Amino acid sequence: MKPTLAEATHPSPDASALKEPQMTINEQTVAEPAKIAVRNLNFFYGKHQALHDNNIEILRNHVTAIIGPSGCGKSTHIRTYNRIHELYRDQRATGEIIMGGINILAPEVDVIDLRRRVGMIFQKPSPFPMSIYENVAYGLRINYKLKGSELAERVEQAIKQAALWEEVKDQLDEPGTALSGGQQQRLCIARMIAIEPEVLLMDEPASAIDPVGTAKLEELMLTLKENYTIVIVTHNMQQAARVSDYTAFFYEGRIVEFGKTKQVFTNPRMKQTEDYITGRFG
Amino acid sequence: MEIGLQKANSKGSYRGDRLFRRLALCCALTIPLLMIGIVFELVRNSRLSLAQFGFGFLTSKAWNPVTQDFGALSSMYGTAVSTLIAMLIALPLGFVIALFLVELAPPRLSAFFGSAIELLAAIPSIIYGMWGLFVFAPFMSNFVQPLLGKYLDFLPLFQGPPLGIGMLTAGIILAFMILPYISSVTRDVFQMVPPVVKESAYGIGATNWEVTKAVTMRYSLRGMVGAAFLALGRALGETMAVTFVIGNNHQIAASLFASGNSIASTLANEFTEASDPIYLSALVELGLVLFLITFVFQAAAQLWLWSIKKKLA
Repeated sequence: MKPTLAEATHPSPDASALKEPQMTINEQTVAEPAKIAVRNLNFFYGKHQALHDNNIEILRNHVTAIIGPSGCGKSTHIRTYNRIHELYRDQRATGEIIMGGINILAPEVDVIDLRRRVGMIFQKPSPFPMSIYENVAYGLRINYKLKGSELAERVEQAIKQAALWEEVKDQLDEPGTALSGGQQQRLCIARMIAIEPEVLLMDEPASAIDPVGTAKLEELMLTLKENYTIVIVTHNMQQAARVSDYTAFFYEGRIVEFGKTKQVFTNPRMKQTEDYITGRFG
Repeated sequence: MEIGLQKANSKGSYRGDRLFRRLALCCALTIPLLMIGIVFELVRNSRLSLAQFGFGFLTSKAWNPVTQDFGALSSMYGTAVSTLIAMLIALPLGFVIALFLVELAPPRLSAFFGSAIELLAAIPSIIYGMWGLFVFAPFMSNFVQPLLGKYLDFLPLFQGPPLGIGMLTAGIILAFMILPYISSVTRDVFQMVPPVVKESAYGIGATNWEVTKAVTMRYSLRGMVGAAFLALGRALGETMAVTFVIGNNHQIAASLFASGNSIASTLANEFTEASDPIYLSALVELGLVLFLITFVFQAAAQLWLWSIKKKLA
């Protein structure tokens, strides 16, 4: 049997491991190439360092959950994957994020193309101030030259993939903001997958929506992972346990533990992970 | 012990609430009362002129105190043209300045320009007028107008002697005056666009310009229209600066170099000279016309905003 990521990367449970995460690429003999390999990622807000030497491998067609207490750098970490942090002047990332053989943090990488390939869903649903149809069509329009009929087809396809079609097919001309929170979030997913990205980043996507909406969203994630690589940040551990294949536990800007979700939740190797999962802090 | 609900009114403080509510209502009522009062007085004081000229007041170019024949057309034309020139210049400029301040400029530069713009808004209009007459009008007559006359003289708009003062100069001065309003209000509106929506647009591979067009401007449309109408209201009624540079001549000329007048400049110039009751009455009617024009524009803006509100939510 081929060794899995978790088996390849099991950290020794001594105290020094807290400072030196064990997920260095050298130790890994992974069956399939990682979609994203993060090496020595450090992140700074001005002079404040928010991430310390993050090393992690995100596997293709799997859901990777990032958990940890508030302010531990979960969102900061995934915001480097599409370099959205660069919109803010004082934010800076160092290290390497390897995707498709290139370091996407390199200055010569075209961020516009990168962001098309690495889609992102935010904590708060963020429909554009346009109709439902236009919300999805917009990304297609700016990225591809499509004929009218083809455009409509791909919009429909994306909304269907986002499990929203039945709910909105008769109101495509209504503003996107008129939908419920959960529907808005699925609209954002439709908008994102319409342009066929390779990686979907979700930054606490269910934190602002109701339980029914959350359930639909989780179900959707499980179908989406057949075609996409998904990274989800969540403060909801049950959610991480339900939807993810791999889980990374972040604490104070460091990756304390990373492994198969089942192992992390049932048999954590690190004391801090165990304390967090059992609700002793966080 | 039974805990019953106390009867309403049994507490003194409720009376205070009621009193305050009435007081607040009275304060609010001053606004419609002022409106009604102003319209009433304008109509009352212009009844002589209304009776004599009727609807023809709006379509007559005449303005002759000697023969006592008055019409509003040249003043209305001047107001419209000077305002149009001002809006054509100030709107695009103001929007671009606001975009620069919010989206493109480094924070320090943005703060500097921001306060400079607010300072510009604080300059009294008489200063603009004096500067316009003594500095800007000579500049227009020596440089700008000869140049326009040389290259664009096939257009009737730019024909005639380069006098310096006139419709074009008035329009440009007005543009300077309303520019700070447009850019500072628009800047505030642009700043209110939720960052997460902008991030999502960048997140699907939009460029800076695409985000501006699809998100920032759409989100801010109401505010931008608001800024435009604030500026329009000010340009329509601006008096002192325009009076200094427009030339104060009751005529409708095709050329923007020619002198003209606006409703406000006519009022400022001629109120002290108006000895005859009919002359005075005609001037008050001009004021009424200006009031109605402003009112119609504001109402139209509100209606339009209301109709697009549904589309944009």
